[in-house]
Amino acid sequence: MKKLLILGAGTAGTMMANKMRKALSRNEWDITIVDQFKTHYYQPGFLFIPFGMYTKNDVIKPKNDFFPVGVNVIFSTINKINPEKNSVVLDDGVVLKYDQLLIATGTRTAPEETEGLTGKLWYKEIFDFYTIDGAVALASFFKTWKGGKLVVNIAELPYKCPVAPLEFVFFADAFFTERGMRDKVDITYVTPLPGAFTKPRATKMLGDLLEQKNINIVPDFNIMEVDNDNKKIIDYGGTEIPFDCLVSIPTNLGADVIETSGLGDDMNFVKTDKHTLQQVDYKNIFVIGDAANIPTSKAGSVAHFAAEIIEENMMCAIEGRELTASFDGHANCYIETGFGKGTLIDFNYDTEPLPGSFPFPGLGPFGLLKVTRTNHYGKLLFRWIYWHILLKGKEMPIDSEMQMAGKKL
Amino acid sequence: MSTKTIAGVEINVTEDGYMNDASQWSKEIAAEIAKEEGVELTDKHFELIDFIRNKVAAGEGLTLRGIGKSGVVNAKEFYQLFPGAPLKKATKIAGVPKPTSCI
Repeated sequence: MKKLLILGAGTAGTMMANKMRKALSRNEWDITIVDQFKTHYYQPGFLFIPFGMYTKNDVIKPKNDFFPVGVNVIFSTINKINPEKNSVVLDDGVVLKYDQLLIATGTRTAPEETEGLTGKLWYKEIFDFYTIDGAVALASFFKTWKGGKLVVNIAELPYKCPVAPLEFVFFADAFFTERGMRDKVDITYVTPLPGAFTKPRATKMLGDLLEQKNINIVPDFNIMEVDNDNKKIIDYGGTEIPFDCLVSIPTNLGADVIETSGLGDDMNFVKTDKHTLQQVDYKNIFVIGDAANIPTSKAGSVAHFAAEIIEENMMCAIEGRELTASFDGHANCYIETGFGKGTLIDFNYDTEPLPGSFPFPGLGPFGLLKVTRTNHYGKLLFRWIYWHILLKGKEMPIDSEMQMAGKKL
Repeated sequence: MSTKTIAGVEINVTEDGYMNDASQWSKEIAAEIAKEEGVELTDKHFELIDFIRNKVAAGEGLTLRGIGKSGVVNAKEFYQLFPGAPLKKATKIAGVPKPTSCI
């Protein structure tokens, strides 16, 4: 029997376990998936928790519900990958051999990377919302908050779900407006980017939205430390921004095992060929999702589009053929803009987010770079799609390759 | 693409003044661009410029974290050498493309 080993059972790893169990013969291939946690989190839902729109129960399910029959599941931390020996060592010393390895170990928030971030105000007046604990703590803080300076700060690039901090400030604007206290809350968006987003058209559109909603933006801010005593954040250039409530998007790092195995860059993201999705030094290792250092968004949609490419290329590699699929960096993000509306962006390595309609040219139903009610329902509907279609590796009516049809240049 | 005469040499530059061809770069050109950016170059600057040019030549990305781990300066010293927007200024002076952030 040959062995496919999948490290990580988040969105990407779970999807691939389902896809590869269908693609590979059960008589020839053993598939094993390893993860340290038993709970699967619907991470796009974390954003809704601080504003009381979702609770913890809306975003969690047992991981075991999503693995197909015929896949071995091991819950353990992963100690080391030995690519020279085609083996992986688990925490208890168990060694797993593999013929093909798929790394899907994701990214984690590392607030300890910023001085003072996890100081005495952590989870009292300083929160994150990229973890379930942070999102729940912030929800309870907002329930009784009397207002003041709300500062949302992105510590460092790259970070997962790049639109989430923008959605957070849009939701905050709507939340405090609906509670009749928007005039008591001063919202400031502080980012290391030169504007609201990276590419010109999306930056303009989202920057205009911030302005319309009376949200301040401080660009080019690289945080050095959080001063807990004087309640302010300070950047390397000396700029200081005071806060009453700080919502941080902490530094994102890849898994520790990537570092200890010598497979990563200086943020522990696996060095990956951006088109083939193979690890750059080892041909029998593929990398999917947030764990890869490819220059596109760290987001579930990217993992979803990459999954088809990896399935095809892994089959090529197994059968000794040349790799035929090439990833274009396709990402697709619904962006909540508050008050029951949303917008949508669709882009890849080479094409910036453009206005238009999606997925059907001229028809939509979703509008690209437009604020519509339908886009918001698209996002809400997505939670159902995620649990029932996406994780199970079933077909979706969206091409993995980004389409130009429906986009306006 | 446009051209610009810097230190007596005709140089290809982008719209926002970044050099298109790293091989046209020289220390004299760096000093001229630095003057426009309000930076007086010291040996420490050149040591860091070397690091940046080598990184880019090797096809690796430039980040504040990477510069901080360069062994030449830490992040705070980097800001002191190139005040304001250090990564933008330093790459412009080093004659390499403007760093892009992809998220």
